[in-house]
Amino acid sequence: MTRLVCDGRELELAPGISVLTALIEAGVKVPNSCRAGACQACLVQVTDGVVPEGAQRGLKDALRAQGYILACQAVPRADLAISLAGAKALELSATLRAVERLGVDMLRVRLLPAEPFPHRAGQFLTLIRQDGLARSYSIASLPAEGAEIELHVRIIPGGRMSGWLASPAGESAAVRVRGPAGECFYTRGRPERSLVLVGVGSGLAPLWGILRDALAAGHHGPIQLWHAARSPERLYFCDELRGIAALHRNFSYRPCALEPGLEPALERGVQIGPIDELLAAAGNSFADSSLFLCGDAEIVQRLKRKVFLLGASLQDIHADAFVGAP
Amino acid sequence: MTTIYQALGGEAAVDQAVDIFYRKMLLDARVADYFEDVDMDRQRAKQKAFLTMVMGGPNHYTGKDMRSAHAQLVQRGLNDGHVDVVIEHLGATLKELGASDEQVAAVAALANSVRSDVLGR
Repeated sequence: MTRLVCDGRELELAPGISVLTALIEAGVKVPNSCRAGACQACLVQVTDGVVPEGAQRGLKDALRAQGYILACQAVPRADLAISLAGAKALELSATLRAVERLGVDMLRVRLLPAEPFPHRAGQFLTLIRQDGLARSYSIASLPAEGAEIELHVRIIPGGRMSGWLASPAGESAAVRVRGPAGECFYTRGRPERSLVLVGVGSGLAPLWGILRDALAAGHHGPIQLWHAARSPERLYFCDELRGIAALHRNFSYRPCALEPGLEPALERGVQIGPIDELLAAAGNSFADSSLFLCGDAEIVQRLKRKVFLLGASLQDIHADAFVGAP
Repeated sequence: MTTIYQALGGEAAVDQAVDIFYRKMLLDARVADYFEDVDMDRQRAKQKAFLTMVMGGPNHYTGKDMRSAHAQLVQRGLNDGHVDVVIEHLGATLKELGASDEQVAAVAALANSVRSDVLGR
């Protein structure tokens, strides 16, 4: 058994139990969501003891240096002391400004942080409700557009956060945000490079920002944006993306759907089939491309493996795997 | 005396090699199963360290590290045949990068020197 001290309170940890599990079992309220080390909602700060191995994966250097860990990934092998105050201090107040429907099961959420929130298009933030419910979402807006931040939130049946955002209770609500986090953003320096952006469902959100960031930076190499949804009805931003394609000759928009759907008119220009097969069949040489893969974790991992085997360099694949929580 | 690591181009060469090597492993049915459900970036980092070591580059692996790292795989049936597959793909990868037969043999020898540790013998 190891000892975990959380803000002065002593807990005993059985071997193999994560800090998050121990905290939840002890009734300690700590924001958490995916419990898989992806969303960074369960950030806590180590105040004494050795940082457990693997507990800082994905955290930016500044957070690592200050002893922050992901509670869901931290399985201590020796006594550890943590505090919740640090992560709390990283939260910013924000107000929900607008929530509108985008297509069948998607919400466009705009919020305004009370203080500047420096970030790069494509990163993600953790949205925390006043009662502590936390979910992480990718940022779809461009910093250059202004202080308001746009998120795309899929409405999940029984989803606590998406259900609240879609309800009147979410209107103009005060919330908190923490972040930004993530490595899925455009970097300048190779404007001639081929970019392949693949978004599954709400995975379009970070790519919407990355695409416009790249074009604003003068990227002139070929850019392909693939958006895959279950059916053509669930695609969104189609007109916006076609508009960008009309203005930029190096950009091509490839909407895809797994199944044909109910309205034949919506299928116009949409490729039908599994995204990994459609992508592989397109004849891309991935060897000199930079790839951005965003959306459902299982599909993204499968895509990552597939494009790697087709010649993409692992170092040039930026994957943002979404792990949901109800 | 230049190491093969230095002769082939140091870290930049290993970065190229590791993607080629990892692809060969994933496409080989004899060993691909061991890479199911593995985080690809972490796996790449481990393979980069391994390739660096067998090419004579700077590394910090001990025999004990190799032993403990593969213990669970040994329990799942990892055997000499699998190690042979690794050495085969290592050689093919190095040839693609322009290594000579002597260099390939030297690297294979280094890889063989950790065989017993890997297989927990």
